Amino acid sequence: MSNVFIAFQKNEESRCIVDAIVADNPTATVNEQPAMVKVDVPDQMVIRRSSIEEQIGRPFDLQELQINLITLSGHVDETDDAFTLSWKQ
Amino acid sequence: MDMKVSKKLGLKDRYNLMTRDLEWTPTYQAVKDVYPDMAYEGIKIHDWSKFEDPFRLTMDAYWKYQAEKERKLYAIIDAFNQNNGHLGLTDARYINALKLFLTGVSPLEYMAHRGFAHVGRQFPGAGPRVACLMQSLDEIRHSQTQIHSLSNYNKFYNGFQNWRHQHDRVWYLSVPKSFFDDAISSGPFEYMVAIGFAFEYVLTNLLFVPFISGAAYNGDMGAMAFGFSAQSDESRHMTLGLEMIKFILEQDPDNLPIVQRWIDKWFWRGYRVLTLVAMMMDYMLPKRVMSWKEAWEVYAEENGGALFADLARYGITVPKGWEQACKDKDHLSHQAWAVFYNYGAAAPFHTWAPSEKDMEWLSAKYPDTFDKYYRPRYEHWAKEAKEGRRFYNGTLPMLCQTCQIPMFFTEPDDPTKIAYRESSYHGMKYHFCSDGCKDIFDFEPEKYVQAWLPVHQIYQGNCFTPEADPSAPDFNPLAEVLKWYRIEMGRDNLDYEGSQDQKNFNAWREAATGN
Repeated sequence: MSNVFIAFQKNEESRCIVDAIVADNPTATVNEQPAMVKVDVPDQMVIRRSSIEEQIGRPFDLQELQINLITLSGHVDETDDAFTLSWKQ
Repeated sequence: MDMKVSKKLGLKDRYNLMTRDLEWTPTYQAVKDVYPDMAYEGIKIHDWSKFEDPFRLTMDAYWKYQAEKERKLYAIIDAFNQNNGHLGLTDARYINALKLFLTGVSPLEYMAHRGFAHVGRQFPGAGPRVACLMQSLDEIRHSQTQIHSLSNYNKFYNGFQNWRHQHDRVWYLSVPKSFFDDAISSGPFEYMVAIGFAFEYVLTNLLFVPFISGAAYNGDMGAMAFGFSAQSDESRHMTLGLEMIKFILEQDPDNLPIVQRWIDKWFWRGYRVLTLVAMMMDYMLPKRVMSWKEAWEVYAEENGGALFADLARYGITVPKGWEQACKDKDHLSHQAWAVFYNYGAAAPFHTWAPSEKDMEWLSAKYPDTFDKYYRPRYEHWAKEAKEGRRFYNGTLPMLCQTCQIPMFFTEPDDPTKIAYRESSYHGMKYHFCSDGCKDIFDFEPEKYVQAWLPVHQIYQGNCFTPEADPSAPDFNPLAEVLKWYRIEMGRDNLDYEGSQDQKNFNAWREAATGN
């Protein structure tokens, strides 16, 4: 089993995004580093638009993730409703 | 940021209409004439429409989000500069890492811009072509934002002023320069594997994530802003690299051995370039986030391990030099910094011996190697310096023909023995730092015999200004080479201790805290 991960610049928007990820991915590990936050999940991570909207209190386009994104790992699949990272073994 | 979310089309439809649907088949010219570089590397592609960008990013959305990134970036840079942010740094020693960054890395961003513009033009598929166009624009943005951000330091500190001139000339800068020249002079598919996959996916996290987090930790909002802003584009770049590899491998089984050889080669080429990053992280940050070794474990062993386990279904194996690179993690930064300490007169930034406190940290992070192999060396140099004999090596090192790094790397299983490898080609002997570099040369000797090796060039008399007179009785070769590099002796180089940068920083910081 391998981890996929995603990292964001630490700010008020990404705080809501990370909360949404943790809510939707119970096996997530959050690692806070200077100015950034990295979230690891075994095998697959799903980031849902609806969960972020709930946390952030406004409509959210998943492509906005690009703004605060630092890096990621795993195969990407992005639709209007979910952004998914996975390893396929 | 306030964004209106009213969509007429779904992401998938929009991507199809605005990317792949814009493709057409030429009729006035044969396809092979429009895309002339597609055949000679031996890669077989049967159906370009199978490539899809998993971000499904279209040009209109690209401009919108890139513009937002730029606004955020320049707001931070303005605020940092307006508030004399440079005086809030942990210590001015840190600024030397930025000099290395500007001379060694920013010019590569510009070359990446050119490279992706070039290969994007060569690909017959609209998907990769658009993704390459975006990456090409990203890369020129990176080089520009780095230059803008670091130009503020140039107003106050030495060593930034001739970065572009020096990139083409200074001995250790031939390492990153020749790396990128090697990539850009290969074919379009090899370039994608070299830069898109091996460098972006496997290695850039090591440069931009822990080092830039370290910039933030040391109070440098400017570098933090450009670094993270650049890395947010890298997520797309990494994904393009990975998708291209999968696409090439899925198109034809004959592609596998070619791709594997490129992965072996470019992992090793990129890893050697990162030697500079290893020493920046362990020795040049006054306050450190993580060691090179820890970063290697997270971003190479763990993440790269996951990647290669995933690619195993295509028959891809971990790159040839992987095992050695993992062994080297305990030694790399110490050996590299020792060499720069030695050659501190010939580089346009300051070097220093690690303090006792620095060495405590290094011992704790490298319990198996630092005290045993490296501490005695640094203590000896510190003692010599204290007694007025700061050591500056006056001779020139032998360079590896492939990576162009001085031959200081040790044998993978014996850190007390320098590794030497050699090959003969057309009656000439060529020297290498490792099996990895020798293998690369042996496969394409005609390419690497042309290497512009700085030490050879100095000895051949090609690195002096036109005014230099080597026949003069008082001719000083080092001083003449520094003139040609445009390094001002005693101001831009030598030890940090006693430098103008050190004096100015301390005086300005003092002045900033009261009247």
